[in-house]
Amino acid sequence: MKIDDVVCPFCGCLCDDLVVEVEGTRVVSVENGCTLANEKFMGDHRLKTPIHREGKGWKETTYDEAIRETAEILCDADRPLLYGWSGTHGEAQSIGIHLAEILGALVDNTSTVCHGPSILAIQEVGHPGCTLGQVKNRADVVIYWGTNPIDAHPRHMSRYTTFADGFFLKEAFRDRKLIVVDVRKSESANIADEFVRIQPGGDYAVLSALRAIVQGKRGIIPPSVAGVSREQLFRVADLLLSAKFGAIFFGLGLTMSRGKSKNIRNAIELTEELNRHTKFIISPMRGHWNVYGSNEVFTWITGYPYAVDFARGIAFYNPGETTSVDVLSRKECDACLVVASDPGAHFPKACAEHLARIPTVQIDPHVNATTHLSRIQIPVAVTGIDAEGTAYRMDGVPIRTRMLFRGTYPSDTAVLEQLYAIVKEIKGP
Amino acid sequence: MSEFLIRNAYVIDPLSGIKGEIMDIAIRNGRIAEEVGSNAEVIDADHCLTLPGGIDSHSHVCGTKVNFGRYMSPEDMRAGRTARKGVMHVTSGYSVPTTFGNSYRYSVMGYTTVLEGAMAPLEARHTHEEFTATPHQDMLANTLFDGNWSIMEAVREKDMKRAAAVVAWTLSAVKGFAIKLTNPGGTEAWGWGEDVHSIQDQVPHFGVTPAEIIQTMIRANELLNLPHSVHLHCNALGVPGNYRTTLDTIDLVPDLNDKRQSLYLTHLQFHSYGGSTWKDISSKSEDIARAVNNKPAVAIDMGQIMFGRTTTMTADGPMEFKLYMLHHNKWSNHDVELETGSGIIPVYYSRKSLVNCVMWAIGIELALLVKDPWRCMLSTDNPNGAPFVKYPEIIALLMSRRFRENEIALLDPRTAHYVPLPAIDRELDWYDIAVMTRAGQAKALGITGIGKGYLAPGAEADIAIYPLKPESLDPSAEYQQVMAGFGKTRYTIKRGRVVARDGDVVVEGANSTIWTRSTVPPGYDLSVDPEFMKKFEQYYTIRMSNYPVQDVYLPRGICIPTEASL
Repeated sequence: MKIDDVVCPFCGCLCDDLVVEVEGTRVVSVENGCTLANEKFMGDHRLKTPIHREGKGWKETTYDEAIRETAEILCDADRPLLYGWSGTHGEAQSIGIHLAEILGALVDNTSTVCHGPSILAIQEVGHPGCTLGQVKNRADVVIYWGTNPIDAHPRHMSRYTTFADGFFLKEAFRDRKLIVVDVRKSESANIADEFVRIQPGGDYAVLSALRAIVQGKRGIIPPSVAGVSREQLFRVADLLLSAKFGAIFFGLGLTMSRGKSKNIRNAIELTEELNRHTKFIISPMRGHWNVYGSNEVFTWITGYPYAVDFARGIAFYNPGETTSVDVLSRKECDACLVVASDPGAHFPKACAEHLARIPTVQIDPHVNATTHLSRIQIPVAVTGIDAEGTAYRMDGVPIRTRMLFRGTYPSDTAVLEQLYAIVKEIKGP
Repeated sequence: MSEFLIRNAYVIDPLSGIKGEIMDIAIRNGRIAEEVGSNAEVIDADHCLTLPGGIDSHSHVCGTKVNFGRYMSPEDMRAGRTARKGVMHVTSGYSVPTTFGNSYRYSVMGYTTVLEGAMAPLEARHTHEEFTATPHQDMLANTLFDGNWSIMEAVREKDMKRAAAVVAWTLSAVKGFAIKLTNPGGTEAWGWGEDVHSIQDQVPHFGVTPAEIIQTMIRANELLNLPHSVHLHCNALGVPGNYRTTLDTIDLVPDLNDKRQSLYLTHLQFHSYGGSTWKDISSKSEDIARAVNNKPAVAIDMGQIMFGRTTTMTADGPMEFKLYMLHHNKWSNHDVELETGSGIIPVYYSRKSLVNCVMWAIGIELALLVKDPWRCMLSTDNPNGAPFVKYPEIIALLMSRRFRENEIALLDPRTAHYVPLPAIDRELDWYDIAVMTRAGQAKALGITGIGKGYLAPGAEADIAIYPLKPESLDPSAEYQQVMAGFGKTRYTIKRGRVVARDGDVVVEGANSTIWTRSTVPPGYDLSVDPEFMKKFEQYYTIRMSNYPVQDVYLPRGICIPTEASL
């Protein structure tokens, strides 16, 4: 059976035009997908049943047993952490937050190790953005800064920018200028009209120079800024100022390099400055397909996009204190539930070591690095393949992922609902 | 079968013609009944003011821009925190509370139905997700058409029926309730960093004017026989001298409906400014109120501002950027492809600002100068003018001249030179307030037919009992009690269940979402229209089949079906 308009649950592009062929409970072909999508749909090696540690080995267990054991671990803990959420649908995220609420737990999502600093900058100065269709239909200048979409978001350029013809740009590839800013010449830089190579750690200075030029202060620019010549800075600024609609997309190369949230603040303020002359927007290249959804769901329930601590009874937010990496490196947590992410692969070593010390439970379809730190793993259906639910694209557009076939695994929602019910019973009213 | 009997209630039920009588109200299975059995649970209202549940006909509480208001404002979240208590979840936020925060605070004030003022169709799913998490109010969504390409093309072709067909397809697809126009044409112009400045300006590239969009949509709305009228946020919001644009707009309105207005003008305070700069801004409430009084085909809501901190958020992207250029605090913007825009900035309305004092006066003046309370709803355009928790204070200001005088004494002393408020004696009575906070809204929204806004047998049993005794309370003198009383019901009853008591929510909510579906003749079904489908093939970034909001997002949806006259 071929299914049209399938939503890809891999990256923040959330492409919704895939054609997937299914035989029984197996995906046999994927059309329109990038290589990442193909791997996600086709290369699906799942854990078969829930497992838990016994002695030095793993032993298979039942869902009821694994969920009961997880509930007991969480209820016994003084400072539980519920982490992850970006790889599941919004309905499951919502239950997770309510679970944290009754546990008095910390709840955090993967923003903590990706665009957390971008969020901090937005909380300082705001975010002039738009949906991706605005860029596709209007943008005549596009900048990728500290991001390499050809590898990380392979269809971003073809669906939304460089190769995407729009209403006001009938021949996008010719009519749209592409600027790539990076510390190395990436694949994306190869097709750019202008490649700006910055010395590592020099983003803040280059952004400041561009702001100065846009403000009309060309005279103060030195011959070279972080490896970028004055001539090129002038050329880039002129491109920005001549745009009818400009769009800046930035990645972790800007967010997680020296300066962090201040880099992003500077980039947003450049965008704001440009809006006094023309139309400009800026947008983060979100990684996980539903990391933005986790920010949205966290926000409407708790008021904050990530790093929420319910220990005081109220929702308390203080990144640097209530962010997972900080809490784990202080060895504060005494139990952890990981849902739909892989901190074992992404967190600093000290944090991973602490996760291995405390009882960690993982709810995830696949064996991954976190499995090796965990006491229990509960496999679930993959959202977008054998489970469905809401996801938010990197620009905030909500799309419902599809269930392509009914498999035998429970969804994240089903497992979390059962866990929530047990915890609620243990905790009492 | 659940039965309730409310005894000794001081009832004002304007839609049923009850203007303050001591009576009993019987409730059976969520609806008002003629009578109930002797086993019914009894609530003694003890002569307290008993009204139909409050209805807010224009508020921003759910959806993309509201949530971004929270996201970008941890300082606002910290300003209103409550812990989990009984069935109540944790809440955060003062001007943009979390969904549960909104829901509990509205419920405690006796509000049982709220209309979200602006939903971008492309992002409708988000609004519906938050509706589900706002469990104590029935929710409705105004759906944005101000910059809709298909609409503007139909307007350019002077094809009113096609415009109606676009509305019918979209409302049904996104489970929206009514047509909202926010700065019509201006949000599309803002896609290029531009704006329209009067209703006769051309929208770039589309060759239409705001006036043409407004006129076409008013008529298209009636072709679809929708319960509500077009809901308009006029062009030139917040600009000194904009009252002329507002008067020009009111001039456009035909009288096409004998049950309700043909155009709803929202937050009119922001559209009633004289002068030419921020230095000489003045109140034109008298001119605007006169135009409204002379035009029965329009209804308005106040858009009152109240002093203090809040967050402004609107689909009117260009306006927010202008406001940002004044405040230089922080600015977010979010344009939505082929449809609309939006912007957010935090603001502080200060008694030390002459401009803010003039704005404060204008809202109150409009409510006092519009003679017919049925055509002037109480609102703050929550949270733009102030968070809705300020409604009790606004009610007190409208009911008490003395309170107004005390407040005016605190303002910038130059204010009196620019506004007529000090000379206005009118004090509204309990009946006026009942009309302006629920009955008027039910009529203007066209939802009396599904049992909203009144207390006669058959109506939804949505009831607010306030600790106020109109028989012995003089609101003119005892305005502090009025304020306290409207802030916290003794009982809020939703669909026959006590949901809030004395300031606490006591049960889990189970709200409904109310939406409209117009049946159109086959020739007007855009789901098979090649030109309309091309929009999705070529210009939207989401496939047409993934666009409609699935039924699963409305667990208790109430559809109001209509038959289009196309």
